[in-house]
Amino acid sequence: MAEPLLSVRDLVVEFPTRRGTLRALDKVSFDIAEGEVLGMVGESGAGKSLTGAAIIGLLEPPGRVAGGEIWLRGQRIDNLPREAMRRIRGRRIGMVFQDPLTSLNPLYTVAQQLIETIRTHMDVSDKEARARAVALLDRVGIPAAARRIDDYPHHFSGGMRQRVVIALALAAEPELVIADEPTTALDVSVQAQIIDVLKEICAERGASVMLITHDMGVIAETADRVAVLYAGRLAEIGPVRDVIQAAEHPYTVGLMGSIPTLTQAAERLTQIPGAMPRLNAIPQGCAFNPRCTRVMDRCRRDRPELIARSGARHVACWLYDSAKETANV
Amino acid sequence: MSNVTDKPQPTAFARAWDSDIAYSFRKSPLAVVAATVSLLIILAAVFAPWIAPHDPFNPATLNLMDGFTPPMEPNQFTGNTYWLGTDNQGRDVFSTILYGARISLFVGFMAVLLAMVLGITLGLIAGYRGGWIDSLLMRVADVQLTFPSILLALLIFGVARGFIPPAYRDAMAIWVLIVAIGLSDWVQYARVVRGATMVEKNKEYVQAARVIGAHPAKILLRHILPNVMGPVLVIATIGLALAIIAEATLSFLGVGVPPTQPSLGTLIRIGQGFLFSGEWWILLFPSITLLALALSVNLLGDWLRDALNPRLR
Amino acid sequence: MSDVLLTVSGLTRRFDVSKPLLNRVIEREQKQFLTATADVNFEIRRGETFALVGESGSGKSTIAKMIVGLLEPSAGEIRFDGKVMDFASGAAMRQLRRRFQMIFQDPFASLNPRWRVGDIIAEPIRTFGLLRGAAISNEVGRLLELVGLSRADIEKFPHEFSGGQRQRIAIARALSSKPEFIVCDEPTSALDVSVQAQILNLMRDLQDEFGLTYLLISHDLSVVRHMSNRIGVLYLGRLVEVAEAKRLFLEPQHPYTRMLLDAVPDLALSGRRRTPVTGEIPNPINPPSGCTFHPRCQHVMARCRSDIPVSTATATGEAACHLLVPEPIREPQNS
Repeated sequence: MAEPLLSVRDLVVEFPTRRGTLRALDKVSFDIAEGEVLGMVGESGAGKSLTGAAIIGLLEPPGRVAGGEIWLRGQRIDNLPREAMRRIRGRRIGMVFQDPLTSLNPLYTVAQQLIETIRTHMDVSDKEARARAVALLDRVGIPAAARRIDDYPHHFSGGMRQRVVIALALAAEPELVIADEPTTALDVSVQAQIIDVLKEICAERGASVMLITHDMGVIAETADRVAVLYAGRLAEIGPVRDVIQAAEHPYTVGLMGSIPTLTQAAERLTQIPGAMPRLNAIPQGCAFNPRCTRVMDRCRRDRPELIARSGARHVACWLYDSAKETANV
Repeated sequence: MSNVTDKPQPTAFARAWDSDIAYSFRKSPLAVVAATVSLLIILAAVFAPWIAPHDPFNPATLNLMDGFTPPMEPNQFTGNTYWLGTDNQGRDVFSTILYGARISLFVGFMAVLLAMVLGITLGLIAGYRGGWIDSLLMRVADVQLTFPSILLALLIFGVARGFIPPAYRDAMAIWVLIVAIGLSDWVQYARVVRGATMVEKNKEYVQAARVIGAHPAKILLRHILPNVMGPVLVIATIGLALAIIAEATLSFLGVGVPPTQPSLGTLIRIGQGFLFSGEWWILLFPSITLLALALSVNLLGDWLRDALNPRLR
Repeated sequence: MSDVLLTVSGLTRRFDVSKPLLNRVIEREQKQFLTATADVNFEIRRGETFALVGESGSGKSTIAKMIVGLLEPSAGEIRFDGKVMDFASGAAMRQLRRRFQMIFQDPFASLNPRWRVGDIIAEPIRTFGLLRGAAISNEVGRLLELVGLSRADIEKFPHEFSGGQRQRIAIARALSSKPEFIVCDEPTSALDVSVQAQILNLMRDLQDEFGLTYLLISHDLSVVRHMSNRIGVLYLGRLVEVAEAKRLFLEPQHPYTRMLLDAVPDLALSGRRRTPVTGEIPNPINPPSGCTFHPRCQHVMARCRSDIPVSTATATGEAACHLLVPEPIREPQNS
């Protein structure tokens, strides 16, 4: 099997506070293959955005990587000096954030920002950089790109701005694009357009995508594999079709059941009782055990590791441990 | 489904001690020192009649022979020793400082209270109602800001004295001073409260109260006011330091409290006359007290501003 | 007692978005208005859930705010149980106000952070003078249990609760005046899906228990599909289609409704080929002429650019689209 593009091993992110250290990510491991779209889902506070921030080295202090390793194509990047990491960001890892306005500088035209990014990372002339920038804008679907490139970000509508951000993220032809809730701030009718553009252009250029979102629908339409985070831990990871249609972790099962759909109108939605624990009150054993309908004694005691299942799926749940303890089921 | 645990509620004190603001206070040595100094001076001023070794305003206890005693040295005629020496009339400087701080703090607190009440009221109304009331109040505030506030206080002081019959002038002087400082200071409270009110009034909890038809006065006082008090407290703390200095300035200029009730400013004015004749202590000790008081209250205000601002944490 | 609880007719709201007078004079500009809702008509029947869906700028929240009296309509009328809502008349409105309530989008902003939960929930009870003394805290405790919290939470402050629990508190407050009608403005869009399911289920249970009527405002078609009996689709301040919920999703009549349905990501992975959605919502200050949807519409015709379509009856409800009226008949409205 080919070496993965990105490999995250036992990643731990901690926030020291005065009431003790909070573990926001606890031994998260996953790979992203060449050209693959990996969806990262979870509720707010599950740690999905933190995972993205940790990979690109942009954790907000006092948060810090307290353990684990991150490898980008065989190179370890979690312990790189600041300057070296800065060169990887933008050049090898592109970023798309939820709010297009935070990724674009309002004081510069789109052309200035695109050309600067291209020339920082690639050895091309000013003229060539501009030609590339126009082509890129054209590709992400900005009408009259050659003219609009000299506009400022505020001249563009929300959807158009997010297209510009995608162009900017891809300007230096990165190997990996981390998209953190790229469509959450947009209207439904525009969301689909943006997802399509992101998906197509990354496929075209062979860039892998880590798509962070709370929207299962977006994942279903876009991702090859999906990773489900719960309370800073990976609950389940596997091919998108398997996870969505036949979830195995009780949390994923509950999550899928709680999403209302257009096609079937259930009288009641399945609901998971309770709420995700706060980081300072994560229970012993499996983090999901107090809300789990199939909880066993063992779940309250030991934390389950990811267990390989059929296909490429891994589930962190004792239900699927072959050496099943005789428990009070 | 009751997922809220019914654990016993901690006592109010435990909760306060554990709060973020108390923690930030404990972790800031400067704030602790500033608070201690302010508190010591305030307590000493409040309990002056019990602490002060002498009553500087009781002529019966004064001995002119005690005049100009240097600190910690026995008087050459009477043999009495005073910690901080005595002034020209034989008053114990330590005692006059305690009584002076009492007047200074009283004027400061009352002036801040006046400015606060006025500023909050006008700010709430301007922010909540908007429209012409808002425009009018804010233009008045703009005009007032173009005058240095000490000049304005001088003006108000002068005008007020013109209206008060001479017989009452001394008795009224302290109140005139409070009004003068208070009126020259309301603008910043009004501006801050107006801004915060405009933010709060659009929040959904205010809309929820409007949906059930709650009276606007009730919405302003019970809903919005508690939520705009944070920044007001910061201004009020720094404002206290400024009001004390303003009072000292006015008294130093001779338009403040009468010499029969000397504030710290008055003491400094009296003291500076003796600086070049060698009696330095008459000026120095009241000045140090004023400095320590104003500085520590100001530092406390700075700390409070940072502690209440989540972005700086 | 009539079957209809709320009637909205000709509801219009314009916002003045002009620059200040001085700037207008210097720059020689006209006053500018934004029409947030234009001539909106619908009825809500007793006991049903009527939903308004639309994207940003569709005017759905403006309509909600006018119905509960947070905004004054520029034109049009709202009737609640046959009585015209006139928010200027205090005494008459007091009786009506008790009968409707609102649930807001952001549970972090809708509860006063300085108030205890008990006082928050009791506010409508005290304002309407429904109960006194110990009976109030008794009632508040009962309401807390009703929404799945505990009596002991009375003493707590909102920051001690999660988003979903806060929304439960907001629901308890809305129920405390024993209303018949609740306007729910995006009640779950700030919540995570698993919490959303809890809140939607709770809202349904309460509707069954107390016979509540809901007006549900949402941008999420799946939530709307799940919760409502009838749905109104808004686009740029106009109601383009109203239909039975079940049939709207099977037989959308208006091209915009169809487009909106197509844009919803397909969770079932059915591989259904979606028509690509084009364009974005125009600026509501200068909306397109005629049918405001015409620049994005696949079926655009000449008259779509000039005439505003009138709502006509369809098999599933009503819709405002020239496609539904075979010939260009030009006659006065209200026929």
